[in-house]
Amino acid sequence: MQAADYSHFVGRDAAGHAQMNLVVENVADATSISEIERGLAALPGVVRARLNYTTHRLTVAWSEEASAGAVVERLSALGYRAHPFAPRAVDEEAERARWLLRCLGVAGFAAMNVMLLSVSVWAGNVSDITPETRDLFHWLSALIALPAAAYAGQPFFLSALAALRRHTLNMDVPISLGVLLALGMSVVETALHAEHAYFDSALMLLFFLLCGRYFDHAARRKARAEAANVAALRGEFALRLDPAGGTIRVPVQALAAGDLILVPAGERIGADGVVAAGASSVSEPVVTGETLPRLVEAGAPVHAGGLNGTGALTVRVTAGGADTLLDDVQRLLDAALTGRSTYVRLADRIAAAYAPVVHLTALLSAAGWLMLGASLHDAAMIAVAVLIITCPCALALAVPAVQVVATGALFRAGLLVRAPDVLERLAGIDTVVFDKTGTLTLPEPAVRLAPGADAALLPLALRLALSSRHPLASVLARDAADGPFPDVTESPGAGISAEVDGVPARLGSLAFCGLALPSGLPATASLIGVRHGARGLVIGIDQVLRADAVEVIAALRARGLNLVILSGDRPEAVAPIAAALGIADARAGLQPGDKIAALAAMKAQGRRVLMVGDGLNDAPSLAAADVSLSPVDAAALTKAQADAEFLGSGLAPVLAAVDGARRAMRRVRENLGLALAYNLVAVPLAIGGYVTPLVAALAMSGSSILVTLNALRMANPKSAKPKSAHPEPTRPAHTGEKPPEGTR
Amino acid sequence: MNVLIYLVPLALALGVAGLFAFLWCLRAGQYEDLDGAARRILSDEDIER
Repeated sequence: MQAADYSHFVGRDAAGHAQMNLVVENVADATSISEIERGLAALPGVVRARLNYTTHRLTVAWSEEASAGAVVERLSALGYRAHPFAPRAVDEEAERARWLLRCLGVAGFAAMNVMLLSVSVWAGNVSDITPETRDLFHWLSALIALPAAAYAGQPFFLSALAALRRHTLNMDVPISLGVLLALGMSVVETALHAEHAYFDSALMLLFFLLCGRYFDHAARRKARAEAANVAALRGEFALRLDPAGGTIRVPVQALAAGDLILVPAGERIGADGVVAAGASSVSEPVVTGETLPRLVEAGAPVHAGGLNGTGALTVRVTAGGADTLLDDVQRLLDAALTGRSTYVRLADRIAAAYAPVVHLTALLSAAGWLMLGASLHDAAMIAVAVLIITCPCALALAVPAVQVVATGALFRAGLLVRAPDVLERLAGIDTVVFDKTGTLTLPEPAVRLAPGADAALLPLALRLALSSRHPLASVLARDAADGPFPDVTESPGAGISAEVDGVPARLGSLAFCGLALPSGLPATASLIGVRHGARGLVIGIDQVLRADAVEVIAALRARGLNLVILSGDRPEAVAPIAAALGIADARAGLQPGDKIAALAAMKAQGRRVLMVGDGLNDAPSLAAADVSLSPVDAAALTKAQADAEFLGSGLAPVLAAVDGARRAMRRVRENLGLALAYNLVAVPLAIGGYVTPLVAALAMSGSSILVTLNALRMANPKSAKPKSAHPEPTRPAHTGEKPPEGTR
Repeated sequence: MNVLIYLVPLALALGVAGLFAFLWCLRAGQYEDLDGAARRILSDEDIER
């Protein structure tokens, strides 16, 4: 193996040791943990090795004696492939998670202790508590509750303040107001030696709401970490040519404009650039959506993600935007993003309506009681009770609880959800738009033979193909097991010939090989012939549908969704795919701009569109659609636009996403109904003045538990297939991509 | 009711101890890898033979 330069990934820990983070493949069980940690600890110079089993991430620190290369080598000797990755310098997500957890801990502690005092007061109120003892307990409650609420309430107070500054209302405004008024009123009540104080209600409220916040945050963080792992597992390296001569393996992130990289035959191109030397064919399905390779020579632009064919290329790396295609895509992307209407989350829409109603109800009940002759103090108490009881505890839990459970279920089905409102948007779609190449079909074309053909000639054809630069031959050459034949002569525009085992052999056009067009090959297949003496074989090279595409498309149609194909490929290549899937609305030969126009036309008809695509040319349309998915091996720029990524080689996660989102929204609506029903019962009680702190505590915890349990019903749906907790990501090999088995 | 003079502080002290234990666990990174902790306990390699 070539020397690799890991310096891009190596940082320093607090003690000054070199430190690197790696994502480790095939971590199985407890044995893996100790094997890896002990194996590395035995390496001279390693001072620390700790594997996080949950995230499959390993942190290693070492002193001068060891090196990054030695660590990776030791891991591979232990049987674990490891991929270094550079974690973000400051992990804000993790920091926020810890902060929420600290707030949760404080709120939990305070709620428990105040409840201890409150229960004593409630019990004492119906028996023989002395007013002095009650006052003591209330003051103690205040002593605990006020600082705890000041600390644990920060997530809500800050968010409410931010919303008020924007002159809008979110859920956190009534929450903050409810908590602050409950606390303030309770202090006043305590000072007046009253029977009731609401310290426990305020803290319980904070505790339940923080639970919702934390779980919501944790689920999203997990999906994001998993996506980062998959990116690291694909771990692209490039061979950089040193000015001094020789090559060194560097991570693609470390490449700079102007670097020269060597791309051997069959390898992925690590960066955008211009060919400096060499000639080859390059297939770029992730970039252009075109199935067949194109010929490149010095001066031609190539894109990151393209697969080099049969010749070695030297590429001069350019910064992004150096060629017209990327420029176009970027320009369209900017336009699509600015034109995108912002989706308002259901919870925010409800909050916008709910908060004023709540505040008005509280105000009106106070005014009503005043008019009926109640004292100012009693009216204020009623208003506070209304605010406490309507504090959207169940409402604020109703949506996040379902989202957490649903994203967890989708995660097990191979779907990494990126944004919190994706489920809502997914549930509302009525049209699914697919890109063809790389989405409905596999990114790489595959070999097909007519039934009854002499398949024994195939290995010969693969070896011969190594000597040809024709794009079709380069598809074949990728699978060749042996090296090229010596003494091959090329007849330009026709094919190549050589002598094999004393018999003349040819590879090329059908006429060149003297072969007739066989029946039984798909009309879209590009044909190439091979002849060895008297034996002959016609090889078809064609795109293949993803294994489960037909069933998934049929299932999507059965759910009443409109299905559309928007492809950049030739009409001849699109038509048979559309026919095989039974999709009537298939449009071919579209430029990225045309795709956006098509999406805009659909949206103008009031349709809500899910776009599924993988190519660089799809990035603008993903951004323009209402919601978007892309396979995890899509172009980086495209994935950045997608709302969710799916793992695996099938389309099943798309179906799972639609089903899961619809199920989740059903639960959300049920939960909102429950929350509403609770309010309908509890608010009249509060207005009537019947809500004592005991009733408030029971009502609040009861409704919160109810919506949480309802959300948890989703965790184990009959239809969700159980899968391993850590889905196997699709991982394009670094050298020589093989078409999947069973396609030939 | 004189019993409250030491029972209430005791209850609060226990609660505060629990809170600090939780915050310490959090700071020590014990919530970073919950699945790993569940697996590590099965490993016998720390037992002296």
